[in-house]
Amino acid sequence: MPTTAPTLELKDVQFRWPGRAPFELSVPELKLAADETVLLLGESGSGKSTLLSLICGTITAQSGKVAVAGTDIASLSAGKRDRFRAEQIGLIFQQFNLLPFANVRDNILLPLRFAPDRAARVSAPETEADALCRTLGLPDNIMNEQAGKLSVGQQQRVAAARALIGAPPLIIADEPTSSLDASTQSAFLELLFSQSRAHRSTVLMVSHDARLSNQFDRVIHMDDIAHTDRNAP
Amino acid sequence: MILRLAFASLLARGLTVAMTILAIALSVMLFLGVEKVRTGAKASFADTISGTDLIVGARSGSVQLLLYSVFRIGNATNNMTWESYQDIAENDAVDWIVPISLGDSHRQFRVMGTTTAFFERYKYRSGQSLTVHDGVLMDDLFDATIGSDVAETLGYSIGDPIVVAHGLASFSEHKDQPFRVSGILEKTGTPVDRTVIVSLEAIEAIHVDWQSGAQIPGQSTPADVIRQLDLQPQAITAALVGVKGRLQVFGLQRSINEYAQEPLLAILPGIALQELWQIVGIAETALIAVSAMVIVTALIGMMATIFSSLSERRREMAIFRAMGARPRVIFSLLVLEATVISAIGALLGLALLYLGLLVAQPLIDSAFGLWIPITAPSMREGWVLLSVILAGAIVSMIPAIRAYRMSVADGMMVRI
Repeated sequence: MPTTAPTLELKDVQFRWPGRAPFELSVPELKLAADETVLLLGESGSGKSTLLSLICGTITAQSGKVAVAGTDIASLSAGKRDRFRAEQIGLIFQQFNLLPFANVRDNILLPLRFAPDRAARVSAPETEADALCRTLGLPDNIMNEQAGKLSVGQQQRVAAARALIGAPPLIIADEPTSSLDASTQSAFLELLFSQSRAHRSTVLMVSHDARLSNQFDRVIHMDDIAHTDRNAP
Repeated sequence: MILRLAFASLLARGLTVAMTILAIALSVMLFLGVEKVRTGAKASFADTISGTDLIVGARSGSVQLLLYSVFRIGNATNNMTWESYQDIAENDAVDWIVPISLGDSHRQFRVMGTTTAFFERYKYRSGQSLTVHDGVLMDDLFDATIGSDVAETLGYSIGDPIVVAHGLASFSEHKDQPFRVSGILEKTGTPVDRTVIVSLEAIEAIHVDWQSGAQIPGQSTPADVIRQLDLQPQAITAALVGVKGRLQVFGLQRSINEYAQEPLLAILPGIALQELWQIVGIAETALIAVSAMVIVTALIGMMATIFSSLSERRREMAIFRAMGARPRVIFSLLVLEATVISAIGALLGLALLYLGLLVAQPLIDSAFGLWIPITAPSMREGWVLLSVILAGAIVSMIPAIRAYRMSVADGMMVRI
């Protein structure tokens, strides 16, 4: 991976949902450098989720280039894209991030199961998971707890640990703080960024909440980078 | 780890999963139970008579002859004469011969006249002999030896009087000549249990004052006068025959079947039993079919449960997908889950079966005279269990395919 390449690069992307209600998303250009923390602001319905799906490779664009860590994901087969996602991207959702029936340890280690290269970077996965939990301010001995029994804030931090483990180049967070109160929100982000910087991971966070802007290196508005057309033919 | 997650997911849905497992376990238990009863019944059926080489009676069908002479079901269309009996007895090939005379009853049980040789020659369950449980074998002309079911049902004990009715389900009774219970036989699980056995002469004795199926009005010969009479029977119903050498069976059978003086029939009990079982076997096939349907129902129930769990598990599948699991991992997870459920269900069913057998074995034996042996699971049962597990896996592929499609469409974003 050349160090000069951006962690994420979108160029002339055109996407249309096949066979669904007319919706078209076009992204002329988006670049995220390594180490960057970027907040992508957009109202609901602005195409944020579609953009994230494109970046994660669960959907592919009709034209244009979506490259993560220098690899154009359109060039990969569906199966390879799934593995590529596990290798390159750590994901945090808005809520219900975790498998509620599994314990914290299994939840954190789950992406490594599908990403051998990422797993290889972690010499002692359980120790690493434990260390991440501790730096994210989770109580000791939480590893054997059932994820579904944790508080929402704790669950989000476990999700952060899961995204961080194995230091993937890109961490995508889809409104991870919306279920948290204001003070917990900024504390959560501080912890996330300190870890992502330590691991030299890029963070792309999607939100509709502009109040968090000052904690990020860069703030992008959805309207500035993308164009959506709900009446596309 | 995936296996552990699958188990954790199953545990989290404990109640529904337990119900599904229980349904499969019960259906498997039913199926294997029917199998056990079937093989037990078949074995005990084949064990009803052994050691007898030929059964001889008036010419009818082999199954009919077997039914009335051994199972005491139905009636002889005709008797065979005492002369014919003696002719056969004198044949060189004949090692032993036991006459049987049927036609009268006591309550719901048949009365059989025979000689004491019957107790030596009649064998069941591969060569087991009849043994006396209580009292002695009939000794006097008016002594009766009764089967265990007769004693139990009617509450008889040694010394109790028995009045034999003429014919079956008849109101005319041989009241003048009451019998006395002299002995009660050990339970055998054969029709002997439901038989009142008296001497051949006794059958003649109770019919002394009878003609053409009715008592001659006003005539009643006292018992001590009867004792003085010649009670040689004119006819008997059938005879059990043993030959001197195995090779002589067919020759003797042919000579009896071709007996010129009277139309007779000699059958090999083993072959007639097989013929009879083929008739009874239709019910057996129906039973198996029904219990197989029950298993199918349970598996379809499991499929329905998996189907209905899919929508609430979309989030779970989306998380797996987001973490890099391919759609086929989702597919495998569901099939694995169903396989685990069916496997636990099948094994639990087997365990329940043995538990049930342990409890019910003596009950079935005393109620139906059917001894179901408790043996290690047979190869066949192993195949049944394996088929159930496989069928479970196959059936689950239908919801798994749906989950596969859903996870491809949903990706990692689920809007609920």
